[in-house]
Amino acid sequence: MALLEVKNLKIDFLTHDGPVHAVKDLNYTLEKGKTLAIVGESGSGKTQGAFALMGLLPKNGRASGSVMFDGKEILNLPTKELRSYRAERIGIIFQDPMTSLNPYLRISRQMTEVLELHRGMSHAAALAESVRMLEAVRIPDAKNRVHMYPHEFSGGMRQRVMIAMALLCSPELLIADEPTTALDVTVQAEIIDLLVDLQEDFNTAIILITHDLGIVAGTCEDTLVMFDGRVMEYRKTADIFDKPEHPYTQGLLAAVPRLDKKVDRLSTVSYDFMAAKGEA
Amino acid sequence: MSASEREPILKVRDLSVEFTLGSNGLFGGKKILRAVKGVSFDLYQGETLGIVGESGCGKSTLSRAIIRLLPASAGEAVWLGRDIQKMNSNELLDLRKDIQMIFQDPLASLNPRMTAGDIIAEPLKIHMPNIGKAERAVRVAEMMQKVGLLPTMINKYPHEFSGGQCQRIGIARALITNPKLIICDEAVSALDVSIRAQVVNLLMDLQKELGISLLFISHDIAVVRHIAQRIMVLYFGEVVEIGEAEQVTMDPHHDYTKRLIASVPVPDPKVEMERREERRKLRRAAAKAA
Repeated sequence: MALLEVKNLKIDFLTHDGPVHAVKDLNYTLEKGKTLAIVGESGSGKTQGAFALMGLLPKNGRASGSVMFDGKEILNLPTKELRSYRAERIGIIFQDPMTSLNPYLRISRQMTEVLELHRGMSHAAALAESVRMLEAVRIPDAKNRVHMYPHEFSGGMRQRVMIAMALLCSPELLIADEPTTALDVTVQAEIIDLLVDLQEDFNTAIILITHDLGIVAGTCEDTLVMFDGRVMEYRKTADIFDKPEHPYTQGLLAAVPRLDKKVDRLSTVSYDFMAAKGEA
Repeated sequence: MSASEREPILKVRDLSVEFTLGSNGLFGGKKILRAVKGVSFDLYQGETLGIVGESGCGKSTLSRAIIRLLPASAGEAVWLGRDIQKMNSNELLDLRKDIQMIFQDPLASLNPRMTAGDIIAEPLKIHMPNIGKAERAVRVAEMMQKVGLLPTMINKYPHEFSGGQCQRIGIARALITNPKLIICDEAVSALDVSIRAQVVNLLMDLQKELGISLLFISHDIAVVRHIAQRIMVLYFGEVVEIGEAEQVTMDPHHDYTKRLIASVPVPDPKVEMERREERRKLRRAAAKAA
């Protein structure tokens, strides 16, 4: 049985100008310990599609379809029931670590809270476990640094803290929403490499949401390319890079300047396929 | 004619910028942060010089010191034979007509209460006040067309545009005074991959057509290699490497440049697996050295 099975997921937002169909038909499955990349540009529905699993849609969002997690339907569960999934079985890392950490609280408090609440640990045990997790994400001098505030960390270090927090309860699924977009290229590579290592160590399934096909190449087994709320292409990552089938994927791949290939002019993504489909 | 035979339009020599940080506690003395340390380079007409480096390395501070938005603590920046540090307010106004900037955040760098047309026209009002209203409207419409915006969008506000379109407004605003140099400070970093290619192509086309120079600041060395003829690598405020774009990216000398290049993702799963091993080695070596 697959860990996660998403079927016919649709997400609508009710606005003053009528409903907006953010996700039109999303289908995928994720096995235990595997990795899936969801790639798309702003507004493609990639983030809302993942947030809906956790009941994190804004108030005017409506999700329909089916999301089976470990054999149980979790889409649109009441918040009370979802709480036993959040953090404990499904962890999440957001794009901007500064706005998702509480600036008023020390890292120690923000981490131990999770373990005390979800695991009923004593404060001392929770603190020891937090330090161990910070060490796992390679934060030097974790024993002392655990007592610092978020602003005392650099952007890359903050993102490591976020990853450590998400992994505290050893979730079976980790959703990483653009985890490196706000970071320098060198730090981005470190964080992505770290995720790959941790995935091997903890055997966590990962959904990596990104707009950058480049970081997907060495990371995820499967890749799903989204545009305008629909799946354009969903195959093995190696196959997609080897021979992208959908014109949109081909466009995305060609639009990125590569260090190993020199071109005179960048090709741009053509949206002709939308018009072609409309006529058909 | 090779670059070395021409006179550079911008000569920067030993430029340093320092910030004084407030004292820490009762007896703590004031701290000096040296953000840019003795940077020197030349920029020629029609050339693109890429400046790469990580956040906090002084890329933006350097560019701001060049147009005197920040005071330099030492060294000089010479624009067309005149030292920028010694310019009076009239000369400075001229300088800022010649050197324009495009910023990273396309929406935040546009005034939300002004229409696209007003935003693009504003530099004209300041730098060429004797141009009449009608002529100004003609120039704004032409410029919008040039950067790929429909003239019918002239009365729209920034929030009604997409990120890529906002950046086009920023480019139009920069070009309207016929500048000789445009400083692009992470101008495409916030854009989606699909939009980024369009804006990069637009900048390259405009440069070819108008013969302007670009200082292209970015943390993304793959984009910089594509757009720039030469690349300068900044690390902790110092130039650690400067040279032809091909040479710097294919045969980097400094350890930081090597690490940077090893970090750029290559969209090829097999290559990327090998590169991860390479990165691990470089990181271990860097950790040992530290």
